[in-house]
Amino acid sequence: MVEKVLKGSPKYYIWLLFLLAIIGYAFIVYVFQLIYGLQMTGLTRNTSWGFYIAQFTYLVGVAAAAVMLVLPATFHHYHPYHRVIVFAEFLAIGAVIMCMLFIVVDMGQPQRVLNIILHPTPNSVMFWDATVLCGYLLLNAVIGWTSLEHESRHVPVPRWVKVLVVVSIFWAFSIHTVTAFLYAGLPGRHYWLSAIMAARFLASAFCAGPSILLLSLLLLKRLSGFDPGKSVVKSLSITIAYAMGLNMFFYVLELFTAFYSGIPGHAHPIVFIFNGHEGLNVWLNGWMWFAVVLAFASIFLLAIPKFRNNMKILPWALVMLIIASWIDKGLGLLIGGFSPTPYETYEVYTPTFWEISIGLGIFAVGALVVTLLWKIALEMKREGGEPFELAE
Amino acid sequence: MNSSRRYFLKVAGLSTFALAAGAARAEAAEASYEAYPEGLKAHRWAMVIDTRRIQTPEDMRPIVEACHKVHNVPDIPAPREIKWIWDDTFEHAFANDPDPMLPENIENRRFFLLCNHCTNPSCVRVCPAGATYKTADGLVAIDYHRCVGCRFCMAACPYGSRSFNFQDPRPFIKDLNPAYPTRMRGVVEKCTFCAERLEKGLMPACVEASNGAIMFGDLNDPNSIVRRVLSKNFSIRRKPELGTDPGVYYII
Repeated sequence: MVEKVLKGSPKYYIWLLFLLAIIGYAFIVYVFQLIYGLQMTGLTRNTSWGFYIAQFTYLVGVAAAAVMLVLPATFHHYHPYHRVIVFAEFLAIGAVIMCMLFIVVDMGQPQRVLNIILHPTPNSVMFWDATVLCGYLLLNAVIGWTSLEHESRHVPVPRWVKVLVVVSIFWAFSIHTVTAFLYAGLPGRHYWLSAIMAARFLASAFCAGPSILLLSLLLLKRLSGFDPGKSVVKSLSITIAYAMGLNMFFYVLELFTAFYSGIPGHAHPIVFIFNGHEGLNVWLNGWMWFAVVLAFASIFLLAIPKFRNNMKILPWALVMLIIASWIDKGLGLLIGGFSPTPYETYEVYTPTFWEISIGLGIFAVGALVVTLLWKIALEMKREGGEPFELAE
Repeated sequence: MNSSRRYFLKVAGLSTFALAAGAARAEAAEASYEAYPEGLKAHRWAMVIDTRRIQTPEDMRPIVEACHKVHNVPDIPAPREIKWIWDDTFEHAFANDPDPMLPENIENRRFFLLCNHCTNPSCVRVCPAGATYKTADGLVAIDYHRCVGCRFCMAACPYGSRSFNFQDPRPFIKDLNPAYPTRMRGVVEKCTFCAERLEKGLMPACVEASNGAIMFGDLNDPNSIVRRVLSKNFSIRRKPELGTDPGVYYII
């Protein structure tokens, strides 16, 4: 199966080379970060997590999103999804790998990363997060690979794989719940200390992840002619619309508690990320409002069937949703969590050029992994005689 | 087949032996450690700061210097500074007790900030490597050689007591104390309540430099200096409502 990655069009090779070039550049920057330390980032004593951990958080959601296809296909026997499930699982693999890389580049002593396994600390949510992420990576790799192999050879998928599929459904919910617990269990971080954090994370994951998948599938159709099928696009966009609605509703719940109670601790971070504090943080405020506008625009387009089912409009709605949720669950979440500081002071955090460079390199690794895995999946499907075009 | 089985048994037997020997050696090593006989002992070390007696930056400077010098704390400019003990206003130190009607003498006063060595430390709870831990006598300590530098403890500490080495701190140490280790880039550090001095029978450096304005003792011992002072003076702690049970008391 692996040999399938070797044969492709010139476009395919150029794309791979392009990704490798970015990875190479980012690796060099990372070597400098290893030598000079995290002073190369915009992080400070008070804002001790930033761009890297923001991407990690967002990508755990992307990884968890595969469940939005696996669940209906497994528990409700929704057959159209079977055609594309392997793409969702392989996307999840790429996302988990990116998560792990973002954690490693954020570490001050990355060569000690095995200490997390050598000295297991069940009291630490980070330990559990590492455990569930590794487990999820393994589950998706095993399930995706074996199902692909069996389907392309027209033999039924073995029973043990079906058991693993059910396990992976619950596992997907667990990875993002645990990621939310990283934040929601810290005393004194007002913006994060919220019981609805895990629910918010899951809702935003289940709209953003499937959006990225659907966009990629539409792109795949253009590039390879593999049609995911009208019903897949339709059902997935309905899922995305509902999840985005929930995601926005949950945020409104946060706003209500913060501002109706009038408790300063709850309100201050939200006021800060949207409005700043005595002239501080101009760039983030613009971003947050931009995210709000995009969120409303995307939910408007996704909620109305006429727009949602229009293939000229749908991709734009998805792009808007992805950007909106990326800002909200990325730097908005991190900066809001660290300001106000424990001394009720405010601080500006801005990622540096180097930080963003390393981040881009990790995104390129993710894109490379997904490209190669999708290429294999596509060729296996072609070999297995699965029709690329669907007459609906 | 036969030879491979024999080989397997051989390897398995040797491994078991090696494991057993390793375990025995580890046990022996553990038993060889013993505390200094002159070390100070307590069930729960705690600190009382009489803020009436240390009010101004001038009062504080020698105390901060005593701590930072003995522990090789580098002098790195903000916002990536390393600090073990420092000072701030009431408004910032006691951020959860806002009081617009503070009397002038409190408003102008500076307050020492340092690690609270909590009874329920959230930093210890979140550490994924067991690098920060609680000792039997109530100190919150860090193993600089195990710390992976994930900074989860910094996010978890509600007091901002922890500093991260964003760069190699050694060039920023003006006056190296060879008796205490320096740290390396990429690990978290903070006040240790001078664990290395307590075990040699010495009071913490800040306590020693404070002319009696900072008191240190066993909170579980009713006759200790901290208990005697606290029984006669009203004191407050930073953010006690978070349930961390901080071990630093402030007499106002």
